[in-house]
Amino acid sequence: MSTPLPDIELERIEVDLFVSALKRRYGFDFSQYAPASLTRRVRQLMHVHHCDSISALTARLLHKADFVTQVIEGLSVPVSEMFRDPLMFRALREQVLPLLASYPRINVWQAGCAYGQEVYSLAILLEEAGLYERSHIFATDFNPAALKRAHEGIYPAKDAQLWSRNYIEAGGSQSLSSYYSARYDFIRLHERLRKNITFTNHNLVTDKVFCEAHLVLCRNVLIYFSNPLQDRTLALFRDSLVRGGYLCLGLRESLDFAPAAADFTAVDASQRLYRRKLQAPSGEHDASA
Amino acid sequence: MRPPEAIAIGCSQGSLHALRVILGGLDRRLTQTLLICCHTSTDVSGLCALLASHSTLPIVEARERQQAIGGTVHVAPAGYHLLLENDRHFALSVDDQVRYSRPSIDVMFDSAADVYTCDLIGVVLTGANSDGAEGLARIRRRGGVAVVQTPEGAEAPAMPRAALEQAGADYCLPLEEIAPLLNRLCLAQPLR
Repeated sequence: MSTPLPDIELERIEVDLFVSALKRRYGFDFSQYAPASLTRRVRQLMHVHHCDSISALTARLLHKADFVTQVIEGLSVPVSEMFRDPLMFRALREQVLPLLASYPRINVWQAGCAYGQEVYSLAILLEEAGLYERSHIFATDFNPAALKRAHEGIYPAKDAQLWSRNYIEAGGSQSLSSYYSARYDFIRLHERLRKNITFTNHNLVTDKVFCEAHLVLCRNVLIYFSNPLQDRTLALFRDSLVRGGYLCLGLRESLDFAPAAADFTAVDASQRLYRRKLQAPSGEHDASA
Repeated sequence: MRPPEAIAIGCSQGSLHALRVILGGLDRRLTQTLLICCHTSTDVSGLCALLASHSTLPIVEARERQQAIGGTVHVAPAGYHLLLENDRHFALSVDDQVRYSRPSIDVMFDSAADVYTCDLIGVVLTGANSDGAEGLARIRRRGGVAVVQTPEGAEAPAMPRAALEQAGADYCLPLEEIAPLLNRLCLAQPLR
């Protein structure tokens, strides 16, 4: 007879089996997510759905096909704000948009847009810079429920106060309230901000280059990925960007450890704002030339 | 008892004074990894600088993908939960607040308990909420040691009180006696 396994080892096996079930049954691949946060979210799912164990959660996932939507929502936990990290948005406004203005058409890709707060923040920035009419924002996420919410652009009114402060700190020239209408306990972003936004499904783990972009934003997504997946994703962003295009990461994320770092220069390192080099690093073949 | 591998400290209101007392009293020979989750600071590099002059050990803000280092104090960045992977690398998350806090002490304690199991000391200091209580209970369930500041002497007693109620403690001590205890626990030689 084998010796009893410590709880923590048992749980690791259960999480592995859960991840494997999700991948084999539904094609969602979380095997390269950083384990600590993933385990925490799986535990939360187990509690929220009143399962006695992660194995019970896995059984339900396997046998009830409509349960997967809730599982994906629970595993993606999209938390953000409008103009979150205002100084980053100020840096975009002051250092990036004036240079993007030289392009006749501007493609922006926000990867991992969650509920869309930052997408609308971008739309406002572009509008105030007089660039929105010739811009297109591709807002992608792998979570269909989040995309739907993002498209609606409806948020709790209680958040508006903080977001207005962020907006002003980001160098906003109006009042944030001129971009939404308030009704009861909710605010709704104006339809005109949505005009040049495409919300669509894209999975950074499994999908490929998405568009030819002049600016890619992907903030607080990489922190959930293992090192190889971070490296792969950063290479994907490099390949999606035009030469001289800009990349913006979360304030506690970094390009430094990834091989793709050689293809970028820092525009404002403190705000995690980078630019794809105009020339390929020496000795490398440039496939796009 | 063999010396632990890490010490995880949670604190909130009143933390600056409490941390100065503890970090100033630690033996500089400690080889343990120290983790701190403090709610009150929006500027963690500023906090590190403030604490550095009082600390016997080097103190840094914990960074994503970075290795946790023995004999060094790592502070959770503002606005992010701090977690550890099994290979002792840090991971950050912007998941929902826990007990109105991000970084949350519960999240850091849970994660540290998963990684260090019984080789961990959890410390709950002054604070005005109940964050850390559940995490301390998990540390104890995994066989780690729980230390709680005496609520009566704490600048804000709610947090140590909640910890005692939900998790209990192996040691409940006034602030001044916590660093000497940690030194004893960490420098103790295993009996052979």
